[in-house]
Amino acid sequence: MKITANLMHFQALNSDVRNSPDKEIIIDKCIGQRYIGSGLSGKKIKINGTPGNALGAYLDGASIEVFGNAQDAAGDTMNEGEIIIHGSSGDATGYAMRGGKIFVQGSAGYRAGIHMKAYEEKIPKLVIGGCAGSFLGEYQAGGVILVLGIGQDESCPVVGNFCGTGMHGGKIFLRTNDIPKRLPKQVAVSEADENDMAEIAALVEEYCGYFGGDSKKLLSDKYLKLLPNTKNPYKRLYTNN
Amino acid sequence: MSVNYDFPDYEIVRNPDRCVKCRVCERQCANEAHYYDEDLDMMMCDSTKCVTCHRCVSLCPTKAIKIVKTDHTFKENANWTSQAIKEIYRQAESGGVLLSSMGNPNPLPIYWDKILINASQVTNPPIDPLREPMETKVFLGAKPSKIERNEKGEIINNLSSQVKLEVPIMFSAMSFGSISKNAHESLARAAAELGTLYNTGEGGLHKDFYQYGANTIVQVASGRFGVHKDYLEAGAAIEIKMGQGAKPGIGGHLPGAKNVGDVSMTRMTPEGSDAISPAPHHDIYSIEDLRQLIYSLKEATNYKKPVIVKIAAVHNVAAIASGIARSGADIIAIDGFRGGTGAAPTRIRDNVGIPIELALAAVDQRLRDEGIRGNVSIVCGGSIRNAADVVKAVALGADAVYIASAAVIALGCHQCRSCHAAKCNWGIATQRPDLVKRLNPNVGYKRLVNLVNAWNHEIKEIMGGMGINSIESLKGNRLMLRGVGLTEKELEILGIKHAGE
Repeated sequence: MKITANLMHFQALNSDVRNSPDKEIIIDKCIGQRYIGSGLSGKKIKINGTPGNALGAYLDGASIEVFGNAQDAAGDTMNEGEIIIHGSSGDATGYAMRGGKIFVQGSAGYRAGIHMKAYEEKIPKLVIGGCAGSFLGEYQAGGVILVLGIGQDESCPVVGNFCGTGMHGGKIFLRTNDIPKRLPKQVAVSEADENDMAEIAALVEEYCGYFGGDSKKLLSDKYLKLLPNTKNPYKRLYTNN
Repeated sequence: MSVNYDFPDYEIVRNPDRCVKCRVCERQCANEAHYYDEDLDMMMCDSTKCVTCHRCVSLCPTKAIKIVKTDHTFKENANWTSQAIKEIYRQAESGGVLLSSMGNPNPLPIYWDKILINASQVTNPPIDPLREPMETKVFLGAKPSKIERNEKGEIINNLSSQVKLEVPIMFSAMSFGSISKNAHESLARAAAELGTLYNTGEGGLHKDFYQYGANTIVQVASGRFGVHKDYLEAGAAIEIKMGQGAKPGIGGHLPGAKNVGDVSMTRMTPEGSDAISPAPHHDIYSIEDLRQLIYSLKEATNYKKPVIVKIAAVHNVAAIASGIARSGADIIAIDGFRGGTGAAPTRIRDNVGIPIELALAAVDQRLRDEGIRGNVSIVCGGSIRNAADVVKAVALGADAVYIASAAVIALGCHQCRSCHAAKCNWGIATQRPDLVKRLNPNVGYKRLVNLVNAWNHEIKEIMGGMGINSIESLKGNRLMLRGVGLTEKELEILGIKHAGE
């Protein structure tokens, strides 16, 4: 099924997507319609243009590919499935995602991967090709965030300030030589080891599979690993009264 | 050895003439306040460990135990009370933030007790609910502002999704984790039997309780614990938790020690990790952003579930509610500052927020003034203690009320305010299997059903006395209320006259 979105209201567009018997849906001329693929499973959506906020919220197994940029809160609380963005994405990308994968070819805004979790066999993965804004992986409780920092320089570091504030699970990999500025004290930094590199390699290969690029070259660089110091950051903060 | 400055507020007193040394008290106390001394062949106790939950008192077969308020005291001082001094000792010792449970215990005004209800005399005669039908059924959800007709003149159904309550009382949010599975089962089964709703809180929905979905409100909080498609689909309504009366403006977290087994499975978070609900939703910075979360939930559930937005009663509650009523929410839940909690910083619990009575009256009035009262239903909570409180709340403008403290009291809670210790001897606010099994859901659910049915009878009696036979006619009917001992300003905010006027 092919839908030309243009000025369609999001409710009409999403209703068409939901009710279509087709497994594969192409949305052309998408101009900011929100909530596309909300809670969706079992479908494959290709979007040409710019989907609006909360793309693939609560996604439950569907696959979404965007040829353009995504806006805020793409993949909010997603459970399963994948979102591939041939462009950049806005703030809070992958907020509280529990499973599935998000690949962003370009950069992501503030608070990407915030409160990401993991649960039994579900280990969500968020891969950002460019740079990530501040507060990446804040309150992260599980899952893997990888930022490749392609095109990073002094004015545009691989990640902004306060990366991993309140982090208490999961891991963040950054392709960089420099420890990010203003890291909070609950984050421990080390160089990625052999096991980490195997994990990173799989994600980089997948990234290059979607967007092109030289995976060997990307993998020849240094990666830092950020882990939380504790999974119980609030222990000993309180006194019973 | 450092000096222990603390002394117990309450003392365990055992009558040796009655004690038969059966050691029930010892076995029943998770705080280990009772013990048996073999050399002396006597039951002993350590009152510093007692939380005054009365478990031992209730189970002592010879009624040999009582817990009394100690008469030991600091030198009397109206400013530096015993509580104020002890809190300083505790913080000086530990450097920690003081943590408390349940609602604000301080003697702040309880407006319910200063509001009196009308009754009919001579004219407009009272109605006897025993012989006349009385309606306490409520439908929650946005009501259309006008009747629409098609070309043939037939009425178009423009009603958005609603939830039907047989009684104007729901059980408010308490997460699995903060309370036990048996407590949740009691609430779920009671809601099903009563034709009302209970609320999962932010801890997800245990797989065993999906069967009660039609009587469940599923909550979405900032931590998004256990939130997924099936969960959203399972409930009769979805509640976005923005705030809680006991701790407005702050989030919550379940310590890793409690986030184990079924609790972690239901929250869908790693076992042993703290389950942190940050204070804000990280995608909500405005009413427009709230609208986005509301619509993402509606889209995910195909517009079949009403969305509740729950906020704490705070200073600007009327303006906030006005925004929410325009955001696409179907129901606003307002939680007052006496509302309970499984754990909150003492200073927040005791000092932040405003009384529910004032908040409710202000919100109802504001929405009426702006002509948007029909956009939303209003649910209020935060220490509704009895049927009279319910009637007063409805007359001040609520469509229905939330109860939680009253519900756990029905399950055996003695308001010892030690939930945060997770050693609830009554099997409610604990995950310890040996304690949880003390709460039998077969008994618990029946007690909840009894309580709500009793209240519903009382509501009908009070309504009948006013000559009102439908709770709809009571809603926002402030002429049925009068204040006593209230200032002009308080009466103005409550929108009621003084008794005698």
